[in-house]
Amino acid sequence: MATYNLPPKPVKSVWKKLKAGLIILAVIALYVWTFRGIEIDWGRAMERVIRNFGIVIPKLFSPDWSAVGEVSMKILETIFIAFAGSFMAAILAIPLGFLAAQNMSGNRFIAGIGKWILSGVRAFPDLILAILFVVAVGPNAFAGVLAIAIGSTGMLGKLYSEVIESIDMNVIEAMEASGANKIQILFYGYMPQIIPEFLSYAIYRFEIDIRASSILGIVGAGGIGTMIIFAANNRNWNEMGLILLAIIIVVTVIDFLSARIRRKIV
Amino acid sequence: MTTNSNAGKHAQTPAIYPAKTKAQITIIFFAVIGFYLYSMIRTQAEMVGGFGNALSDMWRVMEKFFPPNFQVVGAIWPAMATTIQMAIIATTVAAILTVPLALLSAQNVTTFKPLYYVTRTFLNILRTIPDLVLAVIFVGLFGIGVFPGILALIIFSLGILAKLISETIEAVDMNPLEAMRASGANTLQMIFYGLVPQVLPQFTSFVLYVFEINIRASVVLGLVGAGGIGLVLDQQLGFYNYPNAMTIIIVIFVVVIAIEYVSNKIREALI
Repeated sequence: MATYNLPPKPVKSVWKKLKAGLIILAVIALYVWTFRGIEIDWGRAMERVIRNFGIVIPKLFSPDWSAVGEVSMKILETIFIAFAGSFMAAILAIPLGFLAAQNMSGNRFIAGIGKWILSGVRAFPDLILAILFVVAVGPNAFAGVLAIAIGSTGMLGKLYSEVIESIDMNVIEAMEASGANKIQILFYGYMPQIIPEFLSYAIYRFEIDIRASSILGIVGAGGIGTMIIFAANNRNWNEMGLILLAIIIVVTVIDFLSARIRRKIV
Repeated sequence: MTTNSNAGKHAQTPAIYPAKTKAQITIIFFAVIGFYLYSMIRTQAEMVGGFGNALSDMWRVMEKFFPPNFQVVGAIWPAMATTIQMAIIATTVAAILTVPLALLSAQNVTTFKPLYYVTRTFLNILRTIPDLVLAVIFVGLFGIGVFPGILALIIFSLGILAKLISETIEAVDMNPLEAMRASGANTLQMIFYGLVPQVLPQFTSFVLYVFEINIRASVVLGLVGAGGIGLVLDQQLGFYNYPNAMTIIIVIFVVVIAIEYVSNKIREALI
């Protein structure tokens, strides 16, 4: 009778084993550092939650309908902030995207600088930018617009540059060979290839910006966030419930619309 | 025939796009521009002096932030460490909790349709709530401290992570699993040798990605009292101590860039 053997197990080299061991050790060290460093006052947190749970949660689910007018005005302002910000970013990101695209700037060094600028901008959380702009232009919605515009430029510029890098250059060459001038190449060679993707990314970023701009008010940069922080400070959880509902509805609707538009474009 | 008729007139390049599409695009274009202008007017309504005035003021005000006071780096480092630790704990807990949720919201695993739709809708709603709003509510529930911050990060990242991973699970190649079943593997063996190797690299990559998001989110959680470096930043801004605030911002910037760099390298190596 034939014996059936299992296939031999792959042999791991010493180097691989060592590497795996080092990684495991590093992860363990990270967790030890984390759990030794963090201090949670469980007693106080539990005591607070037992006291507050019955007060906060039921109120959150019974929104204060009398504030509908004010909340919808602020939600509209949030949408304005997000739209103006994304629009500015969609335009600002175009030159930066071209700068950071290697096939356009033609020079690895320049493209590298462009990429560094963009990732530098991306590293700032939106709210930190908002703090800077609130100090610069005062606590109003326009500070929020600027924060969203700069924050989105980083991401859009990177996505744009990737789109530009993936352009099919054969089309451009064919146009050049058949005698098209620069303007014609721009309009009929480059634009049809990049415009749909650019638009799609800009709309996608608008989705993100709606979420981002809804919290900008926490640092005074306008929008619904202003009401969030007031409601929290006054412990007005009924109003918070309504605000939460408004955010959920607006974000869901805009996500849905944006997904449909993007599917149509690309 | 067409060439003949064209030869008579002057050769005219035909338009690529039909006239109707052009009209539509023009209308959409002007609608978008109009809405943008209206948004700009509305958002600048409360501003004294308007756009021009603010911009000329901006550089004067920005000067207050410079030079940053680097002597406080030592003093703010513990708060920064807390911020990173919050993100690590939140990501770990979310990564564990996401496994059942992702399985429940993957169409090829959860064949019971109502359950699938319920988890999907739940996750969709969860994702619409901004992290800071969650933090505000949890601070109201648990009081000021790191715990509400960690909880907010867990809930927030759970929404993203479960969606990404359920999509990965849905994209799994079921053929190896069927082959294993045909050759007599039990369910556990199928999961460990068929499913896990297909999902694990993506899973790790997504967890790292969510960790990056959590780091960014946790630096600002303190602004609403949920612990970490944001709390210190808020205090310094409250005292109008702009050089110190700038140092904190620079520290945040450096830490975020460093962590994203490392995480990106690991993710590139994984996939």
